[in-house]
Amino acid sequence: MAQKLIVIGAGMASGRMLEHLIDAAPDAYDITLFNAEPRGNYNRLMLSPVLAGEKTYAEIVTHDDAWYAARGVTCRFGEKVLRVDTAARIVTGEQGALPYDKLVIATGSSPFIIPLPGHDLQGVIPYRDLEDTEAMMALGAGKRAVIIGGGLLGLEAAAGMAARGTEVDVVHIMGHLMERQLDEAAGYLLRRSLTQKGIRVHCKANSKQILSDGKGHVRALQLDDGTELPCDLLVMAVGIRPSTALGKAAGLEVNRGIVVNDQMVTSDPDVLALGECVEHAGAIFGLVAPLYDQAKVLAQTLLGQKATFVQKELATKLKVTGCDLFSAGDFAEGEGREDIVFRDPARGVYKRLILEGNRLIGAVLYGDTGDGAWFHGLIKDATDVGEMRETLIFGPAYQGGPAADPMAAVAALPRDAEICGCNGVCKGQIEDAINAGAGDLGAVRARTKASASCGTCTGLVEQILGATLGDAFVLPTAQPICGCTDLSHEDLRRLIKSQELKSQEAVWQELGWTSRNGCHVCRPAVNFYLLADWPLDYVDDPQSRFVNERNHANIQKDGTYSVMPRMWGGMTTPQELMAIARAAETYGATVKVTGGQRIDLLGVRKEDLPAIWADLNAAGMVSGHAYSKGLRTVKTCVGSEWCRFGTQDSTGLGIALERRLWGSWTPHKVKLGVSGCPRNCAEATCKDVGIVCVDSGFQIGVAGAAGMDVKETERLVDVRTEEEAIDWTVAFIQLYREHAKYLDRPYKWVAKVGLDWVKETLADAAERQALVERFDLFQSVYQKDPWAERAKPEAARRFHPLADLTLEAAE
Amino acid sequence: MSWIDIGHIDDIPLRGARLVKTPVGCVAIFRTAEAEVFAASNACPHKAGPLSEGIVHGGKVTCPLHNWVFDLNTGEAQGADEGRIATYPVRLDAGRILLDGHAVGKRSAA
Repeated sequence: MAQKLIVIGAGMASGRMLEHLIDAAPDAYDITLFNAEPRGNYNRLMLSPVLAGEKTYAEIVTHDDAWYAARGVTCRFGEKVLRVDTAARIVTGEQGALPYDKLVIATGSSPFIIPLPGHDLQGVIPYRDLEDTEAMMALGAGKRAVIIGGGLLGLEAAAGMAARGTEVDVVHIMGHLMERQLDEAAGYLLRRSLTQKGIRVHCKANSKQILSDGKGHVRALQLDDGTELPCDLLVMAVGIRPSTALGKAAGLEVNRGIVVNDQMVTSDPDVLALGECVEHAGAIFGLVAPLYDQAKVLAQTLLGQKATFVQKELATKLKVTGCDLFSAGDFAEGEGREDIVFRDPARGVYKRLILEGNRLIGAVLYGDTGDGAWFHGLIKDATDVGEMRETLIFGPAYQGGPAADPMAAVAALPRDAEICGCNGVCKGQIEDAINAGAGDLGAVRARTKASASCGTCTGLVEQILGATLGDAFVLPTAQPICGCTDLSHEDLRRLIKSQELKSQEAVWQELGWTSRNGCHVCRPAVNFYLLADWPLDYVDDPQSRFVNERNHANIQKDGTYSVMPRMWGGMTTPQELMAIARAAETYGATVKVTGGQRIDLLGVRKEDLPAIWADLNAAGMVSGHAYSKGLRTVKTCVGSEWCRFGTQDSTGLGIALERRLWGSWTPHKVKLGVSGCPRNCAEATCKDVGIVCVDSGFQIGVAGAAGMDVKETERLVDVRTEEEAIDWTVAFIQLYREHAKYLDRPYKWVAKVGLDWVKETLADAAERQALVERFDLFQSVYQKDPWAERAKPEAARRFHPLADLTLEAAE
Repeated sequence: MSWIDIGHIDDIPLRGARLVKTPVGCVAIFRTAEAEVFAASNACPHKAGPLSEGIVHGGKVTCPLHNWVFDLNTGEAQGADEGRIATYPVRLDAGRILLDGHAVGKRSAA
């Protein structure tokens, strides 16, 4: 007969514990699970991505009702436990009592609410569960929120709400943000980056009282100095405290948390506890990694196996998009402690290492956190770093010898090094999964959950794959372009510039191509790079272009083509429409209005292309480049010209941009949108460059997408005049042309180089001007109508068969 | 053999192709190097993509619709794909391209 196990609390710790327990011994216990929240387990750490709109609630559920049902766990969700009688071994819930043989308390923690006057008003919430997250999400654009608390949780809440368009003030009592994890300088960089996202940060700010609107709802927060910060929602994110009431009432030993020993057993041998409600060796727990360790130990204890929970050194990563932050160990100043600091303000990189003697005891990284895990390992292992002190701050790549290989750094990590903070997965688990057959990232994710949540550790997981599998695994980051070369796109771009390679032959010879003249994968890329870097020296090679760009029309599944004349900013005239209609009739084309404000003529035979182009040219139209890795459309609304809400002439700006940019070649297609007001009728916020006109000028956003991925633009800059808007747009596109990998849309490229770098580069007026000039130089060569050129008889001949032997046969 | 003059090599772009209509259907004439031509069926066995519109590299062509690659010497599909395109005898004589009329279903030369 199975023993009766009762678990109180369905949080992350208890969920993981049940997984271990049931995996190891499915029938050992008859399990009942109580949870006050009306649902099973979800990944609380992922509430921030839910708030920011990066994930949905469904995606963060770790154990749903079906999971429990399949494992025979009786769930009593939405039912509070009233008391525990340890003498009689009975748990009493709202729906009745139940005996147990073993009890696990996993009641977690409660958010701390500062008892400020007004803290009980409506609209004052903590940031703890899904209901709180939903309240924050529901607030939305145009409303205001104040967050008390500039720690990890508060800042994730702030960034999430700001991303949804809420105006956010963060009030922090200390001199800089995240003072428990960061030093002042890194705190400053973080503050600057948040300010750039439009979040107002108030440090050294004492909250005095919360003001009411007179109807029981929050109206504003008042600070000590009298400042009032108006708000529709006030979020307190000032910390948590262990929920110990149940344990205390049951007579268990409780200090700050319910006291447990190394086996996770409380002062009662049949009662165990884990998670944020416990205290172990004087410490309480807020991060997830130790909770997962506890879960494992507790499950083993329940199965009668010997296991010991050991506290480990912890590292913190901030999950706020665009803020790369890492902190580990102790970084307070003190006797006998020395700092090594590295600063690169232009790139927004800051690194600080704290040494005591020859040991690294703390590290703070901002802007470039790639070496975080390595530093963390040195801290945990108390490695003697005396030998590498001079180059320590540059990370493992500079420690000479085999460490120049990025793989060596990860290979040197101990098995218990935490790789995935979201899911508490350490290196050893990943290695075990790989040795058991997980041969790629997807398989590792499926088996260990590593890198399956926020994804910031994906690079590390790939390196572990590489280190474990050796030659069998190719690191995706250094993937060669194709089988003709070992070079990556990035290396090829760099070498074409530095070695001044100006022809395809030069690339093949100098860079050791293994094929005679490339292949269908590398040739279009090489052609583009040469074209983009040497517009005056290199001659475009149509034979290295995909059929659409070579024939200046889109090939369709039956081998016919579609023809799409340009419509500047979506404007046309009755004359143009009549010419299009006539062309459609003459060449038997199907007429389709596209998603990009143009008219598509489908089903045209290749031989007819030069003739239909000539007809459309005669009516004043040019190629719409609907086929090109280049500028496609500039979508517009009617703007101030016609719309009662339009703030600027969005149509005019769209036309001006299209006239400047058309005919250009870029790494991938580029689509623009200009909306006349924030109602955004031109859907500018999911374009490669999207401009939203407002009363004060133009908000330029970049790196949006509405294809395989859907992504909102990120703000590049706000400018006052149309001229500036055009300059910034042109400079951005030129920067993209000069740096991106072929076939990366701007959003992918920006994700690689970082929006901050793009912003900083373009913010330099001289650099911006130089980019614009280089773009215009390119356009002086390449901005011409390809239709007109190919409609001439000499070129048109190429669109016809070389010979027709069927005619001769008929003679 | 029955050689038919179908044009000059310079009528075909280097690393490009042109079509010839024949009684057996469209035949693509590929030019892979300064003076090297091949003749093969224009239709990819996968979804009938027009191979004359593909990128020509080395002695191979890539179908423009779904990237199947064929060796022009043998007509065999490369890599994991399985299939074959018909190839036809073709030769150069003083810059003129001569295609075998018998092979493409044409009885006699002019």
